[in-house]
Amino acid sequence: MNSVKKSYLHLSGGKTFSGYSFGKYTDSEGEVVFTTGMTGYPESLTDPSYRGQILVFTYPLIGNYGIPFFGKDENSFQIQDGFESGRIQVSGVIISDYSYRYSHFDAYQSLDEWLRDNDVPGIYGVDTRELTKVLRTKGVMPGKISTSAEPEGEFKDPNLRNLVSEVSVTQPLVYPLKKKNAKRVLLIDCGVKNNIIRNFLKRNIEVIRVPWDYDPCKSEFDFDGIFVSNGPGDPKMCKATITNLRNSFNMNKPIFGICLGSQIMALAAGADTYKLKFGHRSQNQPCIETEGRCYITSQNHGYAVDKNTLPDEWEEWFINNNDGSNEGIKHRYRPYFAVQFHPESSPGPNDTSWLFDKFAGTL
Amino acid sequence: MYSALKEFHKILLLGSGALKIGEAGEFDYSGSQAIKALKEENKFVVLINPNIATVQTDRELADKVYLLPVSPYFVEKVIEKERPDAIMLSFGGQTALNCGLELAKSGVLKKYSVTVLGTPIDSINKTEDRELFVKELNKIKVRTPKSIAVKSIDAGVKAAREVGYPVILRAGFTLGGLGSGFAGNEKELKKALKEAFSYSPQVLIEEDLRGWKEIEYEVVRDEADNCITVCNMENFDPLGVHTGESIVISPSQTLSNMEYHTLRDIAIKTIRHFRILGECNIQFALNPRSLTDDGEFDYRVIEVNARLSRSSALASKVTGYPLAYIAAKLALGYKLTELQNSITKRTYSCFEPALDYVALKIPRWDLQKFPGADEQIGSKMKSVGEVMAIGRSFPEVLQKAIRMLQVGKFGLVLNKSRTETIDEDIVTPSPRRLFAISRALRKGYEVDEIYRMSKIDRWFLYQIALIDGFRKEKVDINSLSYEFLKKAKQLGYSDKQIGILVGTDEDEIRKKRKELGVLPVFKQIDTLAAEYPAETNYLYSTYHGEFSDIQETPSRDEKKIMILGSGPYKIGSSVEFDWCCVTTAKYLRKLGYKVIMVNYNPETVSTDYDICDKLYFEELSLERVLDIYEFEKPLGVIISMGGQIPNNLALKLHQSNVWILGTSPHSIDKCEDRNKFSTILDKLEIDQPEWQELSDIKRAKKFARQIGYPVLIRPSYVLSGTAMKVCHDEKSLEDYIKNNAHISEEYPVVISKFEEGAKEIEIDGVAQNGELVIYAISEHVENAGVHSGDATLVIPPQKLYFETVHQIKKITKAIVRELKITGPFNIQFLAKDNRVKVIECNLRASRSFPFVSKATGYNFIEFAVKAILGMDIKGDYKTLDLDHIVVKAPQFSFSRLSGADPILGVEMASTGEVACFGNDLEEAFLKSLLSTGFRLPRKNLLLTLGDIEDKIEFLESARKLQEMGYRIFATTNTHKVLRDNGIRAKHVYKINEKKSPNILNMLERKEFDLVINTQSLKHPHKSERDGFIIRRKAIDYNIPLINNIKIAVLFVNSLYKYSKDQLEIRSVDEYL
Repeated sequence: MNSVKKSYLHLSGGKTFSGYSFGKYTDSEGEVVFTTGMTGYPESLTDPSYRGQILVFTYPLIGNYGIPFFGKDENSFQIQDGFESGRIQVSGVIISDYSYRYSHFDAYQSLDEWLRDNDVPGIYGVDTRELTKVLRTKGVMPGKISTSAEPEGEFKDPNLRNLVSEVSVTQPLVYPLKKKNAKRVLLIDCGVKNNIIRNFLKRNIEVIRVPWDYDPCKSEFDFDGIFVSNGPGDPKMCKATITNLRNSFNMNKPIFGICLGSQIMALAAGADTYKLKFGHRSQNQPCIETEGRCYITSQNHGYAVDKNTLPDEWEEWFINNNDGSNEGIKHRYRPYFAVQFHPESSPGPNDTSWLFDKFAGTL
Repeated sequence: MYSALKEFHKILLLGSGALKIGEAGEFDYSGSQAIKALKEENKFVVLINPNIATVQTDRELADKVYLLPVSPYFVEKVIEKERPDAIMLSFGGQTALNCGLELAKSGVLKKYSVTVLGTPIDSINKTEDRELFVKELNKIKVRTPKSIAVKSIDAGVKAAREVGYPVILRAGFTLGGLGSGFAGNEKELKKALKEAFSYSPQVLIEEDLRGWKEIEYEVVRDEADNCITVCNMENFDPLGVHTGESIVISPSQTLSNMEYHTLRDIAIKTIRHFRILGECNIQFALNPRSLTDDGEFDYRVIEVNARLSRSSALASKVTGYPLAYIAAKLALGYKLTELQNSITKRTYSCFEPALDYVALKIPRWDLQKFPGADEQIGSKMKSVGEVMAIGRSFPEVLQKAIRMLQVGKFGLVLNKSRTETIDEDIVTPSPRRLFAISRALRKGYEVDEIYRMSKIDRWFLYQIALIDGFRKEKVDINSLSYEFLKKAKQLGYSDKQIGILVGTDEDEIRKKRKELGVLPVFKQIDTLAAEYPAETNYLYSTYHGEFSDIQETPSRDEKKIMILGSGPYKIGSSVEFDWCCVTTAKYLRKLGYKVIMVNYNPETVSTDYDICDKLYFEELSLERVLDIYEFEKPLGVIISMGGQIPNNLALKLHQSNVWILGTSPHSIDKCEDRNKFSTILDKLEIDQPEWQELSDIKRAKKFARQIGYPVLIRPSYVLSGTAMKVCHDEKSLEDYIKNNAHISEEYPVVISKFEEGAKEIEIDGVAQNGELVIYAISEHVENAGVHSGDATLVIPPQKLYFETVHQIKKITKAIVRELKITGPFNIQFLAKDNRVKVIECNLRASRSFPFVSKATGYNFIEFAVKAILGMDIKGDYKTLDLDHIVVKAPQFSFSRLSGADPILGVEMASTGEVACFGNDLEEAFLKSLLSTGFRLPRKNLLLTLGDIEDKIEFLESARKLQEMGYRIFATTNTHKVLRDNGIRAKHVYKINEKKSPNILNMLERKEFDLVINTQSLKHPHKSERDGFIIRRKAIDYNIPLINNIKIAVLFVNSLYKYSKDQLEIRSVDEYL
């Protein structure tokens, strides 16, 4: 087995957890958050919504099925199978038991090798359940992965950065379809996951992916609807997106938002958002459609819409069955709607992929 | 706010009857949960289940309990009497489901307006009928294995082209897989077909899915069409091994997100299509290369079980999600979104548990108990129980689970016995496979090589290699470091294994480990991976962690008591001990104590976190019990309720300063040690069969001659695979010693006098400070020589002399006083001509405690708990003079164990039991017998009785059979005796007589409705082979078999006295 080096996770709250290094043996920092999903580590680690975060997996056995072939693609030109963006987005990975040896027909390399190749540190052998309990009770907080047992320097809160600008494309990007007269959606990229794009393309909808601060009202493209993507951090940091979307409400085109996109839509409508103590990062969140069924959803967010601040022409659409938090909003009269969870899943259950059909139907 | 609940007030629940291979304790758990869910809604619950040893048949659970067969006839009678509004079919296994289907088909449910709650009958039919099932799945484009039945070679060739090579051939209606095979091309196929058609008129051509992964999802759906998968599981053994026979891990380990969720989507789609309401499971086969070159997802749906199952009980314990309870609520019309999560008490049940641990199940086999039984495991279930280990790495749970099996293994490695047939054991699945893999790795086999031989996913093999690799580290006791011990523990090594590795004992390692601070932590199972706090204490230990979820108790807590459970179900220890433990927990809590339960059998009620204050789903080993005891600091430990496993720990725990509640561990030791116990009996002038411990064959023969044959011989220390035996002559004694026991100073044998024609009697009782408080005497129908677990028990005794009862009481009181018993005990006696001998004494609750408790109406466990706690329980308890009779009958599972001889002997062979009430012996007996699945004969009976004594004893019965109009067939000697005594019988030839009409042909043509066959004790060798074939064929052709003369006589008497419709339909309450 590889030589083992100790590594440490220091929390801004004062606690330190120790374990052994895997991936790149280096220092790193970020907001420490946990996910309770049991599968899909390649997808999670490349999910742009985790930008600036150190991700703790509560599921203890990680690395079992390796990593498929990965082509680093900072410019997001490709939609690679098995990944949600062209780079590893997290600042670090914290797990309990690492499988050095993996087994899967689709695997190309180990998680360890992949993290090394991409300069991302990981720690295994950590009491991840205890760490999760700290985050649950004290709330998520900044932390540092360090090769030294003592924390050095200030802890920085990545949510004070404009994380969205770090993960968004900088130039519009068109994913063309061979089909003629396909509907087109203008996708405002706040850190979009590949699977959202796949879901549109699969439904024969052409995607024009534009930067987070792109103004649809001044677009050089023809499009049939607007989509506001998921992404990292505090929605209030996306001032330009909020203003642009508010103006877009006058365009009378269908608008669909996911996760951060839902929060931005709420803010554009005049409602407020707040930070959750420890967020929802899991694949088992029950969401009830008002007067409808309950769906098991995949989630990854640290902020939520305050439903009490929704203006009169908006209404709550989905509610979290566990904690009652808002999981979706819709306009009472116009085709503007958004969900807090991830209908594109990846990782997680596909129960709500019908939302893409619903949106496609409005175009 | 809740859904309008359906207006059903009286609900009939069907249980699963006796425990048998394939249908075991898990249905006590699911039934009990269902009753709890229904009682919360104030429903009137009527239960039919003849399994008296279950928790669900307790009077305080259901409103009415019928200890009657779960068969269409009796269920209809109960419906006629009780007039329930609704019936639940999915909580009693296949037995209840089949019974329900028949009642629906025959129109009984409609006739009495009984609504089926839960999954509709039509849906059940579609999942049960293979053809309908495939048709339905084709409709929604869900793939099933391709399989075509053919009756000619040409049709076979055509079918194979359609299925695609390679193909599997399965010959229908044959035994032991005769005529089954495999073909890679047309030439091979033609050859194989030709052979197959010589065994069977029909052959199935199926696609070859060998080596595919086997994955299972537990799915729940409600009336609003909310549908969730509560957990998934992956089989360690690839397709081909029954999931009940497989090592199973949850959640799946080798599936990517795409694979996991694509299967989940298909599961939900399928279950919605079938309109399942409640719980079910769905099994998949998945190609290890799950995407074909065309990008198609390559899977098959193997089956759907539209009911609670073994897997759902396992899934409940894996996740903490109470599937049966939820299923019962959903059947009443609740929605998942309305039902609270019973662990967090603040979230709801419409979610999919997130695990932050893994759980591993290993089946427990007892095949060595059945000489001749085929050890290979495959598509048929043979295991009798299972264990589940929880931890935070694969090596940790694997080694834990192996120890939990209680088959003499210290873990995966460093065991005493080792397998020598490595290649064979890896290729052919058997209970040895795991150990063969580990040994192969040690011998230098590459993982790829083992993969090619076994098709077990490499990931599992790499993990096994981690355990194996560690033992190469060279250390001695003085250089033990924190890092070394921590790593060893994380890989699941026990203190005992580490001791072997470094050359010291378990105690030394424990001491060293505590010095260095290498201690386990205790974590909670909370269904949400710590996202929400848990309100219940469902706990496991792990070395992958630094902190426990719960606080260590700072000082002794006088109001806290720890109960050790019974471990895996196996032959000789099953649901009855679980009942004892659960009942103990109930009474302790009633008395204001906090109860800590330790057990690890996922089939049990005792591992339901609801029945105690803290549940440790943990090993019942000295090491782990001490870990928990030191962490919890309870008042003491109750070891007398969980059978032999906790009983065996008594002295060791006591020596480690654990306070054992109840009878002193020294007294227990005096009972367990044959020499010490014998000395006590001698001192008290109590008679016992003569015995001696002998360490060479010469002295063994001499002693046997001295006491006279027959003798009972057994190894002094029970080695796995060595059974006891009755030897009738010197030759069989020699054979036994040669074949089984390596007789030596180290491993002596015990020989005792085998008393022929003696009655066996048992006393179950509770004592306090050496005073007998309450007792019940039960009598065996069979003579001594039949293991007490296989015997038919009668309470109150019917054929005992007053003098015998008097002596039994006197002896019991003397033993109780001498051993200062406080708590439960059981003594077994032999009685012949009013002379009583003691053969065994156990200072713990016995297998028959639930039986005597429910038969007499006095809960013996309540007495035992109070005795242990020092409460005043003196009184006069009426247990001998009852107004009713209760008969307990054994349930055998020989049909599952091909090759095993269906006989009764000194080794226990039954897998379960039933008991029924009646107004007299015959009525109670007949009900019990019917409860074991026995079918009454219509016309033809085969009699083949061993010794002349049997033949004569049966004459009167034969006359009655003749009078009742039965047609008797008899073999040569039996026929002669019958004819000489004026009884008409048709002569049939034995197999070895090779003449017609021959028994063999007639058995194969199922010409008999009943076979009565007894073995010759006088000349055991003479007819052994013929007898075996007769018995075995009867089992294989599903012909009822009676193999004991006393039972045969009692059966005929019962049949003479009662017809089926004369058997009274009365609930337990109506008798007591």
